[in-house]
Amino acid sequence: MRSSIKPLSFSLARREALWAYAFITPWVIGFVVFTVGPMLASLYFSLTDYDIVSAPRWVGLRNYVNMVHDNLFWHSLSVTFRYAVIALPLGLITSYLMAVLLNQKVRGINIWRTVYFLPSVVAGVAVALLWGRIFDPKFGILNPFLEKFGINGPGWLSDPQWAVPALVIMGLWSVGGNIIIYLAGLQGVPTDLYDAAKVDGATAWQRFRYVTLPMTTPVIFYNLILGLIGTFQYFTEVYVLTNGSGEPARSTLFYNLYLYQNAFRYFHMGYASTMAWVLFVIVLAFTLLIFRSSDAWVYYEGQLRGR
Amino acid sequence: MAGTTKSVDRSLLLPRWYSGIQGQSLILRSITTLMLAAGAGVIMLPFLYLLSTSVKDRDQLRQSPPQLIPMAATTVEINGQMEPLYQVVIDGQTREMALIKNRPGGKGLFVNPDRPDQTYELAIAKQTPLRHLEIHWENYPEALRQMKFNKLIINTLLVTFVGMAGMLFSCSLVAYGFSRFRAPWLNVLFILLLSTIMLPSQVRLLPTYVLFNKLGWVDTLLPLIIPQFFANAYDVFLLRQFFLTIPLELDDAAKIDGASPLQTLLYVILPQARPALVSVAIFHFLYAWNDFYEPLIYLHSPENWTLAVGLQTFNALYAVNTNYIMAASVVMILPPIILYFLAQKIFTQGVVFTGIKG
Repeated sequence: MRSSIKPLSFSLARREALWAYAFITPWVIGFVVFTVGPMLASLYFSLTDYDIVSAPRWVGLRNYVNMVHDNLFWHSLSVTFRYAVIALPLGLITSYLMAVLLNQKVRGINIWRTVYFLPSVVAGVAVALLWGRIFDPKFGILNPFLEKFGINGPGWLSDPQWAVPALVIMGLWSVGGNIIIYLAGLQGVPTDLYDAAKVDGATAWQRFRYVTLPMTTPVIFYNLILGLIGTFQYFTEVYVLTNGSGEPARSTLFYNLYLYQNAFRYFHMGYASTMAWVLFVIVLAFTLLIFRSSDAWVYYEGQLRGR
Repeated sequence: MAGTTKSVDRSLLLPRWYSGIQGQSLILRSITTLMLAAGAGVIMLPFLYLLSTSVKDRDQLRQSPPQLIPMAATTVEINGQMEPLYQVVIDGQTREMALIKNRPGGKGLFVNPDRPDQTYELAIAKQTPLRHLEIHWENYPEALRQMKFNKLIINTLLVTFVGMAGMLFSCSLVAYGFSRFRAPWLNVLFILLLSTIMLPSQVRLLPTYVLFNKLGWVDTLLPLIIPQFFANAYDVFLLRQFFLTIPLELDDAAKIDGASPLQTLLYVILPQARPALVSVAIFHFLYAWNDFYEPLIYLHSPENWTLAVGLQTFNALYAVNTNYIMAASVVMILPPIILYFLAQKIFTQGVVFTGIKG
């Protein structure tokens, strides 16, 4: 249609493109100044000795070599992995089950939803401080509660064995954000699929297993990826609860906390940048792994319809 | 809500109490409600503990195990001293008496407050101490005064709302650019934008800190505010998704009336996109209000701190004053909670996630 008036359409298309670039300029500038530039700069810093005050001094791969021999680096990595291995699946399953419950048609469902989402809006320092008190063996409410069932509660945050599990419990309480996303996914499952399943005589469990679950794998996938990234960035709670120390016995020295200590306590910007890049590579590797695996377990509606 | 229309027809054929979205029985729904209630209890308990701890005084704090309802021992003045009041049984009669002295063998001297000269020696363990509700609201002004709340709240509001204005301004422009125009490489740029959602922030944090340090912005609010004026992937994505649902005919009509693309955005798109703008604004509020990492690294002097940093430091310095810490924590979580209740629909309908009103 437009080809019949080529010169005009050319200038129209060009003007349209110029408008597009003009509108996205704020992001392009931000992308260069706050993302690409800093990423390259931190790659450079990772090859230097840099304390902010004096100029970076080129040291080649020494930071990377030092890192391999740094016991605390491996320790912080293992703390983070240990947390991820427990917290991620537990959080994903719990929030999914909660979302399934909140998707039922029962009386007062909006009130229940309100309650369940509530913890997700109050994340941060205040919540960490609250849980710090809850875990207190003497004045907290958790151990007296466990005592009622005959369980002698541990020292939680003051016990190197139990500090990470305590953080997992605290994280479970705050899964409201995941629930919101799951619920949006559950509500997006077309009703005709359920009706068709019912006509075929599927039981409630079968409807869940063969309709709900496959249809919501995209949101599970989404929460898994964001949860993974979030876990590697875990910081605020552990900083608040240990005043940035990662105690007791370094049992809560998460990767990101150790990175922070290197950067802003010891001002080893070069080494911290090395850690940042290694973190980036680890997260990228896991993300790609999950993306690769997604073909096997994530269904998209378009795909389903196309079959 | 999507997906409920079909079951409405079914429910007409069945008794009201029987019908459900998936034809559940009454028993199933009762179990669901019970499980929901149990979960709600677990979620609410920490909030109750927070609130009750925030209004306790030192003596109430020292009770172990802690009481969820802030009770205190009732006392009475005997000869110029405050003595605890007990419910005692003497000759089968129940009376209120004050314990004035402990005696060996778990016994104590009790007196009738009206006639302090007459003492009774009774086993303390057999008597019931009188307790009453005692709420110390004065913890709140005291906590806020100690943590220098006035300065903190001003900084927090500045960071939150100036940043929000910057975010809305820049993200609207960028989302419009990505939703309404065709241009070479635009799709590639959009994928680049989306990929930054998955970028761990550490990898760009340190050089950004160095940059702001060179600009002399460290220990000011600028590093927390200025980047908001350059859009972010999450909000651009949500706004763009919403813009795509606004009919193109509206743009065309504006164009015929001679509106420039900028005018179309201002007078056609943005008014239509109010629900999405509100939801990204709320989302930004929660993010900025609760953010800790960046304020922690950028703000060094106490007069520049935001609430999150101020509260953490307050705890680091005065951890023993649990009641004050908890009172300050209540104040910190109150605005998000109020906002949450005001904008509940946006959360419960998943607008925050999809940017599209359910």
